[in-house]
Amino acid sequence: MAAGVRGRGLLDIESLDRTEIEAILERARYFQLSEGIKRSEVLRGKMIVNLFYEASTRTRVSFEIAAKRLSAETISITAQGSSASKGESLVDTLNTLGAMRPNAIVMRHSASGAPHFLARNLQIPIINAGDGTHEHPTQALLDALTILDRLPALEGLRVAIIGDIAHSRVARSNVHLLSRFGASIVLCGPPSLLPRELAQLAPGVELTCDMRHALRSADVIMMLRVQLERQHEAPMAAGEYFRFFGLRQEHMELAKPDAIVMHPGPINRGRELSSEVADSQRSVILNQVENGIAVRMAVLERILS
Amino acid sequence: MKSILIAGGRVIDPASGTDRIADVLIRDGRVEAIGLDLPAGGVNRFDARGMIVGPGFIDMHVHLREPGAEHAETIETGAKAAAAGGFTSICPMPNTIPVNDSALVTSYIVQRARAVAKVNVFPIGAITKGSLGEELAAIGSMHASGIVAISDDGRPVMNSRVMRRAMEAARELNIPVIDHCEDLNLSAGGDMHEGSQSVRLGLGGIPSAAEDVMVARDLLLAEQTGARYHVAHLSTSRSAAMVAFAKSRGLKVTCEVTPHHFAITDAELGTYDSNYKMKPPLRASEDREALIEAIANGTIDAIATDHAPHPGSEKMQEFERCPFGITGLETAIGLTLAELVHKQRITVARMVELFTTGPAGVLSLDRGTLKPGAVGDVTIFDLTTEWTFDVQQSCSRSRNSPFHGRRFTGGPVATIVAGEIVWKGD
Repeated sequence: MAAGVRGRGLLDIESLDRTEIEAILERARYFQLSEGIKRSEVLRGKMIVNLFYEASTRTRVSFEIAAKRLSAETISITAQGSSASKGESLVDTLNTLGAMRPNAIVMRHSASGAPHFLARNLQIPIINAGDGTHEHPTQALLDALTILDRLPALEGLRVAIIGDIAHSRVARSNVHLLSRFGASIVLCGPPSLLPRELAQLAPGVELTCDMRHALRSADVIMMLRVQLERQHEAPMAAGEYFRFFGLRQEHMELAKPDAIVMHPGPINRGRELSSEVADSQRSVILNQVENGIAVRMAVLERILS
Repeated sequence: MKSILIAGGRVIDPASGTDRIADVLIRDGRVEAIGLDLPAGGVNRFDARGMIVGPGFIDMHVHLREPGAEHAETIETGAKAAAAGGFTSICPMPNTIPVNDSALVTSYIVQRARAVAKVNVFPIGAITKGSLGEELAAIGSMHASGIVAISDDGRPVMNSRVMRRAMEAARELNIPVIDHCEDLNLSAGGDMHEGSQSVRLGLGGIPSAAEDVMVARDLLLAEQTGARYHVAHLSTSRSAAMVAFAKSRGLKVTCEVTPHHFAITDAELGTYDSNYKMKPPLRASEDREALIEAIANGTIDAIATDHAPHPGSEKMQEFERCPFGITGLETAIGLTLAELVHKQRITVARMVELFTTGPAGVLSLDRGTLKPGAVGDVTIFDLTTEWTFDVQQSCSRSRNSPFHGRRFTGGPVATIVAGEIVWKGD
């Protein structure tokens, strides 16, 4: 199961082994440096198609900038403006794009497993930029990079992931990555958004519906967006969410003194976290955005060069 | 009306307690005798030495898609697939377009089958008009035209009061009510079994409770009404336990299990291959084990395939968009041998029961036996031939099987309907 991404693409964290993740992070650290940010020629002549079937600003732009810094050419397609709106099936769209021989396809889709389905039917490397409620591998990689900017190692850290866990691809990818490096992970959310089976996702995962318990002695606090668009019914009464699962300044005393606050974005101030926390010194939300480019450069380079 | 002598096979006829090497003589479409040195002058001979000769197998749960979705399957192609899978009788569910909720549609299916189908077709009528779950369909008229049971299958009757009335109507006609047990509120948004796998894959879950609560409801209504009640494609350990309990109380309750539910589990879903997507979903390994145990101990009455053809264009999509269902007619015997008989969970004789007296009893069909005078439907299969299922060679019009490329040991050899060989393997 465990394998590298070179020449194959990146579908999920779960099937990556530890050395592969370490290699990507190490290369990303180089791209964080000012010399790394300079335009590289490594992907000159390569063509990358960004195919986004779901609204996204930060991830799409981040992939585009990463590709351009490596001198690759990019074409970005959003589903609304494409043949998807004319009733063409996903597999036909991809076959059509495939026939134009791009070197990789970066894809976001609202259906879990859509990139896996395509990878079985296409030769071109596919990079998963988020599939439904399954995985978002580059997000977990950039989160790991951001944690490691502030803390010496992932091993032994206590990471609290709080919010709509059931629908979160960010949570799943992070659980797989953090667990692989020996972190302990506390998943926390309203009962209907915290299926008990999550405890079996990877070693070192604990579940709680009590936010204060989740935050106690945490080194890292990851807040998740409430994904109303994926929910069949409200998990709790309107207005109760922020009371029980919103991160506020007074919560920070429960965590370790140097604990950091993360959020994959876009943030909803006053829903998942207060403005005070979002804008505090503890918040590394903008560092995450910045690191996204370095990580995606590392991934693109590793897959394509 | 055809005649044939099936010579030298191991004849297994559970209804008459027969299990011995013998010849079967069918004359003018009916079984004349089982024995040795039968007077069969002038009758064609089929050499069945080394093979099992059983009554014609019955698949009491298929979808033939005609009328209305002939691009996926027709009565003719579905019947061909049935014959190639060793089945002599099939019972199509009513979810055609239009729904089989009237004598008109029933008659169409019966007449079309008579004209083009190589095997017997015994239709199942809808419980409610349009299978919308509100108003009872024309059950009496459909019965007069040939239905053998009622079911709303994939669109189960959620309204318990309507279900009660349906059971009362069915009781008076002495036909079973078959329920696809799924609480549609609990299963909404689900694409696979709810468990650690669905959580891992980020796919919506269908909890076991969605089936269990409906089985529980139906058993209570069956007790109240005295109706004959049959659970379609039972898939959970708890439902199996509830059916066993109801049987022990003397209720007229029966149930079926599909080959895929006893052969594979939700562990197969990792590749998001929609050929593993069906309702009820592939369950956890504990459920699979419980089903095999229930088959072995007699709780389960029949194996039925839920053959559900879908064209490739519908299955080649994102997992959550694909329709539910897989084909099953041509792999049923192979899977039953592989998972149940060769692993010594059941005997070959028990296997034959599950495909013959079992379903015939549920539906009160005059089939499923080789007693003299019975209709000469015969399934001949063997236990040893190595073969590989190639879905591209399937007689079905659709290709949605998860068992493409699977190696089997033993399978159908010949299928005989009323004394006529309708299919023979290479």
